[in-house]
Amino acid sequence: MRGMRLWLPLAAFAILFVVVAIGLLRPNDHLVHSGMVGKELPKFTLPKMVPEAPGLASASFADGKPRLLNVFASWCIPCMAESPQLLALRQQGAEIDAIAVRDQPQAVQAFLQRFGNPYDRIGDDRESAVQLALGSSGVPETYVIDGKGRIVEQHIGDVRAEDVPDLLAALKKAGG
Amino acid sequence: MKRLIALALIVAAPALADTPLPPAALANTQLSDPHKEAEARALMETLRCVVCQGQSIAQSDADMAGQMRAMVRSRIAAGEKPAQIRDWLIGRYGDYVSYDPPLSPLTAPLWLMPLILLGAGAWIARASFKRRRRQG
Repeated sequence: MRGMRLWLPLAAFAILFVVVAIGLLRPNDHLVHSGMVGKELPKFTLPKMVPEAPGLASASFADGKPRLLNVFASWCIPCMAESPQLLALRQQGAEIDAIAVRDQPQAVQAFLQRFGNPYDRIGDDRESAVQLALGSSGVPETYVIDGKGRIVEQHIGDVRAEDVPDLLAALKKAGG
Repeated sequence: MKRLIALALIVAAPALADTPLPPAALANTQLSDPHKEAEARALMETLRCVVCQGQSIAQSDADMAGQMRAMVRSRIAAGEKPAQIRDWLIGRYGDYVSYDPPLSPLTAPLWLMPLILLGAGAWIARASFKRRRRQG
């Protein structure tokens, strides 16, 4: 009993040390990951945002072809930063649909003119309803959707040049 | 040069990084039924804003928190139960979105620690009271 009491402070210190060490060594992850990854896309139908591109419905994803779903907004600065990467993805064969969150047609039009349009379809998510249903916690986010309309991956934040090969590989994997 | 920088600072327009749209009607308007509003309010205070992270959606001025408040109010108004709405959000954002963590193996220490600490405190207090009585 006496021996145990002697060692108790050291044991408590060791436990505290391990807890702090784990906290320090584990990579810092403040991202809010969607619980919808691995599940089917929530049902939605969004009207078109700009005259140049049709609107977007969840049903159109179940056509056998995997594609990317980009959640963006013209007022979001990282979305401007990721636009060259989206164009590069498109050039390399990726099909990209988009959900424009809390945006206005003229602003989206100006955005697409300035940064290029990588999208096939753009849905107008005026009230963030589809964004919430997707478990998306901000813009931009990019989802990989397989040919059956299931979400297989979520990329949070802007797509950087080094993410392009990963997204292409994820699309290929989702197709095969 | 200094003057030029000062002039540039005055002229520079801040970059816009928020939506130009006004918040949804129910984001900042109470429901007309006070019982439902109270129910919605109680739920909003236990839901975390996913962009500001340290605040509940009831406290936050972030646009997305406003949209979440509007969603909570419209669902409560439509007759949904608060527990259903919480589960729907947990399905999307994980337990993270709730300020009321469920008891699970992962959160057990969180729930049990106060009891363990109280027990340890009582044990230490008892031991030291005993000692004092013997001395006195």
